[in-house]
Parts: sequence; structure tokens; C-alpha cells
Amino acid sequence: MTERGQHQRSLLRGAVTLLAAAAVYEAMARSGYFAPALLPTLPTVARALITSIADGSMIEHAAFTLYRVMFGFALAVAVGLPLGILMARFSRVEHFFLPLVSALMPIPSFALVPLFMLWFGIGNLTTILIVFYAATFPMMFNAWSGVRSVNPLWLRAAGAMGADEHRLFWKVIIPGASPFIITGMRQAFLRAWIAVVGAEMIAASDWGLGWVIFDAKEFLNTDIMLASLIVIGMIGFVFERFVFGSLERMTVLRWGMMRTAKG
Amino acid sequence: MQDAITTGVAEVSIRSHGRERLRLVARNLFPFVVIGAIWEIIAWVGVFPRRLFPTLEEVAASFVHLTITGILPHHAIETLIRLLTGFTLAGILGVTIGVLMGRSRRAEDIFLPLVSIGAPIPGLAYAPLFLLWFGLGNVSAVLLVGFVSAFPIIFNSWTGVKAVKEIWLRSAQAMGADDRHLFSHVILPGALPYILTGLRLGLAQAWRILVAVEMLAAVPWGLGWLIFGARKFLNTDAMLAGIVVIAIIGLALEKLVFQKIENYTVVRWGMISS
Repeated sequence: MTERGQHQRSLLRGAVTLLAAAAVYEAMARSGYFAPALLPTLPTVARALITSIADGSMIEHAAFTLYRVMFGFALAVAVGLPLGILMARFSRVEHFFLPLVSALMPIPSFALVPLFMLWFGIGNLTTILIVFYAATFPMMFNAWSGVRSVNPLWLRAAGAMGADEHRLFWKVIIPGASPFIITGMRQAFLRAWIAVVGAEMIAASDWGLGWVIFDAKEFLNTDIMLASLIVIGMIGFVFERFVFGSLERMTVLRWGMMRTAKG
Repeated sequence: MQDAITTGVAEVSIRSHGRERLRLVARNLFPFVVIGAIWEIIAWVGVFPRRLFPTLEEVAASFVHLTITGILPHHAIETLIRLLTGFTLAGILGVTIGVLMGRSRRAEDIFLPLVSIGAPIPGLAYAPLFLLWFGLGNVSAVLLVGFVSAFPIIFNSWTGVKAVKEIWLRSAQAMGADDRHLFSHVILPGALPYILTGLRLGLAQAWRILVAVEMLAAVPWGLGWLIFGARKFLNTDAMLAGIVVIAIIGLALEKLVFQKIENYTVVRWGMISS
């Protein structure tokens, strides 16, 4: 079988699976074994999604969540990236921060939510700080290992060709470390995205996708819950595929430092 | 004479070795001392109300008190049992599905769309749904932990099986290995570094989700609940003691459990360097 035919068959099978899963779900929802409030039919979910988008509420929730996640993520990159690079370049910095990082990293960000709520109140500040906490470590760690893994041959070659410290840093070390840095951003965003939903659930403010889900539970609005789940999944997917995917294509893939991921 | 010199040299080297070690410990402790001092200053100056920002002595006292009365160990054990149950579930399911996906094109086509849709949704977003479906308490918490931590395990087992070198398969076949042998002696060990990475990621994920879900699922015991419950009574010292225990367990899972397993298997087989 040709590669193309195989590919088409895979697509077809994938579509069939999804349809079958949807059909099973629909059958379960309509069978009446489960309360319709807990297991709404797919048209109900679709209707909830469309109405909430049409009246703008879902968009506003998503905007709040995105604002928090971007703010926290930007902070994490602004702190984690330079710190990671400094740690790799200066052993003094590394000796100071590495023990702290290893002690803080295993604490899940959610464990800090109640504490941050007491300190910073309910709302944006707490959520942004939780996102920042969750996203900083992967960023820092990847920048650190990226700079350390720059091929020493490149450094020596550039040094032999007369590059000064400044040029060496910007022209060799940073591009050399960039596959790791981009992976770090990707992981950091993923962490941030998970953290924001959790933080919004617990440190409930009035807006945000995590808050909608949690709030909908109180009123048994399962259709709204599923609709927001879809929105959350889609935003995460879009960022993962398009934003970071194209960032990778524009930089490290074009420079030939990484092969295209398979699959 | 010769002997005396050798012993002398050995002594010096032991002493300098000891000093080296002491220096290493001091170097690792120094950042904590600095942070601890900053913490104490903030607590004493009173940027935050004292109840919300206790001094380190208060946290330590509360830690000791909660440990001696058995409250903290009880919470920790309940949490660990939940973690292990959920993670075992995820491990069995995840490795099975992942290996199946790697071996059979049909399984891959069936599971991949479902997995790629489910994976990008943050695990905690499922929590309210699970709570509605399975009720408050243990069942929801364990199922959610299992469900969420299965994703990285599936992905890594799948990649691992696919990454087994073609040449190993062919040489094993040329030497007359049948399907079963091929699977248990070539594919499984070959995929093991990936599978272990998947389990490791899954465990980390499970740990993160569990703490959060304990806050939401109203379980009677558990570290997440301890932290969340202590907030209501402004017992910040108990909260911080709980966070310390969470950090210790998280660190122990990573360092003791997984590094040991890796050392015994893939590192010993020379598949990755330690």
C-alpha cells in the first residue's frame, strides 16, 4: 500500500473512531440510565457552547484566562530565562539557586493556592502568581541545560575566529541553546495552562474558564461545563500546535538544529 | 617509614575529602539560610499580619506537634494510598494502550484521535465533571488521578515502541525469535527508557493533580485537604507544614523511587548514562 493510501486510511479510521465515540456518548446520554443533568446530549452541549459564545460570556471568560496565563507566562520567561542562562554561565549563581530550585520544584503549584489566597486575596494577583510559579521552573531548567549543552567545539571555533565575549554569547550560545529554550517555553506554557485552570477553580474570582467549570458544577450545568472544557482544550491545542509549532519552524528547524518531530 | 607516609597521605586525603564534603553541604545550605533569614525578617517586620505569615519557629513547632500527634502522618498516608492506587491504574492502562498503539496500526488509528483530544485539556478541568459523575470522595479522586496521569504514559510507551531500532528487530528475527520472544526480549526492553520516562512524568502529573483534587473532592483526610482546611481557620503554620511534607514526598518519589528503578534497568543495560 502506498504511503498516501495508508495516510488516508488512518485519517478515515480516526474519523470513524471519533464518530463512534460520539455515538456511544449520545446513546448513553439518551438511554435514560443517567440523569440528563449529569450527561447532556451532544446537541445540548453544542447549543450551550454557541449561546455562550454568541452572548460574549464565553469569550470574556476565555479572555480573562488568557490574560492571566499570558501575564504569568511572560513573567516566568522574563525571570526564568535570564536566571537559567546565568546559572549555566556562572557557577556562583548556580550554587546559590540550584538547591533552592530542587527544593521548590516538587511542590505542586496547587498546594500554594490556599496560601497565596491568604496572602494576596482572591483574584488576578493570586492566579498570575500561581501561573508564574508553575511556569518558571521548566523555563529556567531548560535554559540552564540548553546553555550547558552548547557544543564546546562551536565555542572554541568561534573563539579561534576571534569572536569576543559579547558576540560569542549572542551568535553562538543563544542560538545553540535555542532548541532547549523553545522546549522550555513550550513546557512552561503547558504548565501555566494547567495551573491557571486550577487556580481559577480554587481562588475563584468572577471570570475565567476554570471558574466557569467550577461554578457550573454548583448549578449542575453540565452542558456549560462540557462547553468550557471544549474551549479549554481548543485553546491549549492551538497554542501547542500553532504558536509553538510555528516558533519552532521559524527558528530551530530552519537553522537545521532539530529534525521535524514524527507523527 | 614508608607505611607512616602512606597513612599520613591517606589521612590528609580523608581529611581534605571530609572538608570538601563539609564545604559542599555548606554551599547547599547557604541559599536556604539566606531565604530563611529573609523570611524571618518579613515575619518580624510585619508586612503581612502575623497569623498569615508565621515565623519559621512557629512553622517548625506546628510541624513537630502535628507529626507527634499523628495527624500529619495520617494525612500523608491517605494521600500516598490514593496516589499509588490512581497511578497503578494509570500505569497498567497507559502502558497497555501505548504498547498496543505502537505495535498495531489499527489500535493507533483508533486511540490516537481520542488521546490527542483528551491530552491538551488540563487534568483539573475534568475534576468537576468527575465529581458530578462519581460523587465526592475517594472514587473521584483516584479515578481522576488515574485518568490524567495515563496520558503521558500512553504517549511515551507509544513513542518508545516505535523508536525500537529496526535493525534490532530484524537481527532478532534472523536469529529465529518468534513473536512472543521478540516482544518480551527486544521490544519491551528497547522501549523501556521511554516507558520509564512516561511513568515518571505520569507520577509527577498524578502528584500535582492529587493535591488539587483533594482540595475539591472533600475527602476526609489528605495533604491537599489539610492545606485547604487549614486556610479556613487561618492556620498558616499548619498549611506551611503540609507544604513542606508535600515537597519532601515529591522529592523522594523523584529521587529515591525512579532513579533507583532507572539505575537497576536501563542504566545497567547501558541504554542511557546516569
